[in-house]
Amino acid sequence: MQVKVEPRSETSRAVVYATPVLAVLLTVISGYFLFLFLGLAPAKTLYHFLISPTLTFYGWSELCVKAGPLVLIATGLAVGFRANVWNIGAEGQLTLGAIGAGGVALAFWDQSGVWILPLMCFAGVLGGMIYGAIPAYLKTRFEVSEILTSLMLTYVATLGLGILVYGPWRDPQGFNFPQTRMFTDSALLPLVLDGTRMHVGILVTLAAAVAAWVLMTRAVIGFQVKVVGQAPAAARFAGFSRNRTIWLSFMISGGTAGLAGTFEAAGPVGQLVPHLTPGYGFTAIIVAFLGRLHPLGIIAAGFLMAISYNGGEIAQVEDRLPQAATGVFQGMLLFYLLACDFLSRYRIRLASSRREVGPS
Amino acid sequence: MISESIVNISAAVISASTPLLFAATGELVVERSGVLNLGVEGMMLMGAVTGFAVAVSTGNPMLGILAAAVAGAALALVFAALTLTLMANQVATGLALTIFGIGLSALLGSGFVGQTVPALPKLALPGLSSLPVVGPVLFGQDGLVYLSVALTAATAWFLKRTRPGMMLRAVGESAESAHSLGLPVIRIRYLATLFGGAAAGLGGAFLSLSYTPMWMEGMTSGRGWIALALVVFGSWRPWRVLAGAYLFGGVTILQLHAQGIFSLPAQVFSMLPYLATIAVLTIISAGPWRGRLTAPAALGKPFRPSV
Amino acid sequence: MHDERQTPRLVLRNISKRFQSVIANDQIGFSVGPGQVHALLGENGAGKSTLVKIIYGVLQADEGKIQWNGRDEVITSPHRARELGIGMVFQHFSLFEAMTVLENIALGIDNAPDLKELADRIVSVSRKYGLPLDPSREIHTLSVGERQRVEIVRCLLQNPKLLIMDEPTSVLTPQEVGRLFVTLRQLSDEGCSILYISHKLQEIKELCHHATVLRGGRVVGQCDPAVETARSMAQLMIGAELKQLVRRAGTITQEPRLIVSNLTLPTDHPFGVNLKGISFEVGAGEIFGIAGVAGNGQNELTEALAGEVVLRSPSTIRLDGKPIAQMNAEKRRMNGLCSVPEERAGHASVPEMTLAENTLLTARNRMGLAHQGFIQLREARSFAERIIEEFSVKASGPTATAATLSGGNLQKFIVGREVLQSPEVLIISQPTWGVDAAAAAAIHQALFKLAQSGTAIVVVSQDLDELLVVSDRLAVINRGTLSPALSTAEASIDQIGMLMGGVHGLEGDAGSSHNAG
Repeated sequence: MQVKVEPRSETSRAVVYATPVLAVLLTVISGYFLFLFLGLAPAKTLYHFLISPTLTFYGWSELCVKAGPLVLIATGLAVGFRANVWNIGAEGQLTLGAIGAGGVALAFWDQSGVWILPLMCFAGVLGGMIYGAIPAYLKTRFEVSEILTSLMLTYVATLGLGILVYGPWRDPQGFNFPQTRMFTDSALLPLVLDGTRMHVGILVTLAAAVAAWVLMTRAVIGFQVKVVGQAPAAARFAGFSRNRTIWLSFMISGGTAGLAGTFEAAGPVGQLVPHLTPGYGFTAIIVAFLGRLHPLGIIAAGFLMAISYNGGEIAQVEDRLPQAATGVFQGMLLFYLLACDFLSRYRIRLASSRREVGPS
Repeated sequence: MISESIVNISAAVISASTPLLFAATGELVVERSGVLNLGVEGMMLMGAVTGFAVAVSTGNPMLGILAAAVAGAALALVFAALTLTLMANQVATGLALTIFGIGLSALLGSGFVGQTVPALPKLALPGLSSLPVVGPVLFGQDGLVYLSVALTAATAWFLKRTRPGMMLRAVGESAESAHSLGLPVIRIRYLATLFGGAAAGLGGAFLSLSYTPMWMEGMTSGRGWIALALVVFGSWRPWRVLAGAYLFGGVTILQLHAQGIFSLPAQVFSMLPYLATIAVLTIISAGPWRGRLTAPAALGKPFRPSV
Repeated sequence: MHDERQTPRLVLRNISKRFQSVIANDQIGFSVGPGQVHALLGENGAGKSTLVKIIYGVLQADEGKIQWNGRDEVITSPHRARELGIGMVFQHFSLFEAMTVLENIALGIDNAPDLKELADRIVSVSRKYGLPLDPSREIHTLSVGERQRVEIVRCLLQNPKLLIMDEPTSVLTPQEVGRLFVTLRQLSDEGCSILYISHKLQEIKELCHHATVLRGGRVVGQCDPAVETARSMAQLMIGAELKQLVRRAGTITQEPRLIVSNLTLPTDHPFGVNLKGISFEVGAGEIFGIAGVAGNGQNELTEALAGEVVLRSPSTIRLDGKPIAQMNAEKRRMNGLCSVPEERAGHASVPEMTLAENTLLTARNRMGLAHQGFIQLREARSFAERIIEEFSVKASGPTATAATLSGGNLQKFIVGREVLQSPEVLIISQPTWGVDAAAAAAIHQALFKLAQSGTAIVVVSQDLDELLVVSDRLAVINRGTLSPALSTAEASIDQIGMLMGGVHGLEGDAGSSHNAG
């Protein structure tokens, strides 16, 4: 008997959708041994990590709070990834979005009105787009790798936010803490359900996911994005502009990241602080891949990642699990997913050896 | 007085450049074999935490350095297995490697935050180190600094003068052609990737054992990515990469000193290395000297031999 | 010359090789004598390339035996093949563009001497066989013919006992082919066996002592090319009576539909070719051929014509008098200019997408497959179905991905997609490259029919025989310039060959035109 690996002539749909499940399973098994290695009770820790966050209604509302920005950003990133445009600086675009929205909120701190929130959203989206425009311009004009520029700009954005909250935007009554004033009610997102932290951002996110779905399956633009990603020469042949697609990708992903930053600042955080998120912009990359770049898959993946955040916090309290374990889980999941992808492109068969070449 | 501060600044520049030089030289070899590993940041962090943990636990910095190289190579092995054997997308896998490396290094290092190790001993080269000015700068560094320069020289010699180096370049030019001539494409790429990981691990170890010396979560703060940019900046040539690394070390030290001189927020200066990276990449890509010939033709392209 | 009584140099017995469900080689057996020039003849997809890769150790057979000089051998790798004395010149050269001739040769030689000594040997061997080479040049600066020399010299340096040549003449001018044959005969006289793969019958008659014919992965015949006619070998190769193409009787109007005037385009690619002052006209109903050796600017020209590259001066290209050179591919298509690029997978089609989706690439506007920015999936499906039916494309249906189609069927689909849009002008590159004879005939027939309906057609092909069959007039592209057009009926092979080699002026075509097929 020998193991034969053969490319599939067509990628198997069933396997494509089964691989994320398999990857999650393998991650859980690896997590068991990781916890064992860390000297924790693995079953109990896994329970806290994966099950506890989903047991209460409030728990679910908290998952929505975390999943919201992840899904929103990942939805935008997925469009670019389909076009082979690697915007990995969503965290920076998110930060710029928050700065834009926060700037509006602080500028009109002494005013109230229903127009403030829409203006903040506009400023947030614009901030994300402008920040996304830099790598897009450098890529289309000079062929500079968007991977490196978008990432470098993330560090710059975080430092920029630092300048503001340590300096001019610092809360005058804040005992010198590096944070802005709390936003007024006019600058805060309304809650969907009282008693939770779930804000209207989650509804916008769902709408964005549906819009992305329609765009990618029904619109010529979505088709263009896919062709540019899969076969650049065919895209040129079809009359689809690569540069326009790069711009489109950065505008969509920069815009959604900026909006997510707006929602974080005007939602659960309610002000600007030096580190607004636990790295949603990077985690969203995993969410996009885990969700197979598909809006529905991304929603499911977003909730899974939210569980890893909230479960990580619970296990930190209950089992003294180091906070960094969440990151390890997320990275591991992506590894397993990439490894499992092999199964959707290749068939592994056990075949009886038939090789009889040579002297016999 | 002045010469003393020049000596100090120059020594600091060399010190700040060394982690970049390790990582970039390693990545250069990886990319010359046609593989794009974006996980340099993750491998550097794993090297930094492993080197530090082993040095603290054993009290032997040499063991720490060795362990750092092994840790970097181990993470690179994961990358190689995924991309070269399982044909996963190189960009996505490289990102995963960084995310995983950041998480795992933080997890492993959580017990070591706040601890200290004695800095690596300076290895004064007899005779040379007593030369005025240049002596202490060039020949009063610790062993890893010499190793990084030696690694660059060895890499340049290897790629240009040896048959295995020629084979590695050939694989990076066209995997299909190399395969049809009977060169072991996948094996060569595995070895190059492992070398890149080990070099990144050494770069990380230099940070945690010599440069700071201590362990902090995410202490590489983007140096892995800058190293990737340096490979492009150096147009895939070892000595140019060395020049680039020293240029960036210079920017890093310059901004530190400028913070004391100008009354601007410190963050403005901290942005400089990242902005410089973007500027340099743009100039390199836009300049009239850009030759796309310099990038290995098969860079990032997956290859699977049919058997 | 070879001698039948000697121990055969190479004997193959029952060699079989499968790729998934496809049987590429099925129980293949034949033998090659010392000094024999042995043709391996077959259509595209007959299994020739797979078989020689097995002999050279790149692939491993699933079953069967190889005997070398009377002894059973397992050829596990190209290293082993070279140890035994087998050399191979690949169809798609196994060269490294950014490396020197010397380095390229050193990489293909086991136990290479130090580079200085090797350089001297390269010079002396290349002199001996009339294949001049400069070891220090980088490959990307060489012409296609020179690149082939590198491959041949690389083999010769190892004193091969068997030289495998995979379609060596497809990239050469007729004159270069003549020079290559001199070298090969010299080698044969010295006792080196040559396994010569081709589907060009005239060449095989001229050069080879013996021919093995493959079809569908099997040996279907052995013959002596000297006594066979090209026609009888072709029938053996194709396995059917050759169908004569129905030449159209349409008239070509005097008023040109497509006018290209002074098209000049510097390349932005390091290995590209600059187009210099290209002018020609194609009338309604005319088929205009563009011949030339690969890499002389064909890709650049077809991309400029199709609109993949947009030109500054609009009137460089005019369609029915309307300037279109400033338009991109989509706009030119809306104005009536459709095109088929050379590369099927990844350029003319997206392999991972369905056939229905692939119709959207070029037909979304002309055939109403998109409306106000949204895809009309039902229309796309029915258009794909129509192509499949009218062009007898073997596919499971409009939802099959392009990657699942064989080369010939995908080409029929792509040609069908453009032809059914009834364009005013069609640019088609390598219409039958790598396609079996039946599909090639179907494609040619479709082009004739389209021309009859008044379309102006430009066919760019490296296959001179094809152009002589389909085109009314033809011109030759060489280093980015286009020769004046010749009437196909009056042009001689020698004349065209000279143009392909860059000799303009047309003097001295001394009659000895060896006729094609």
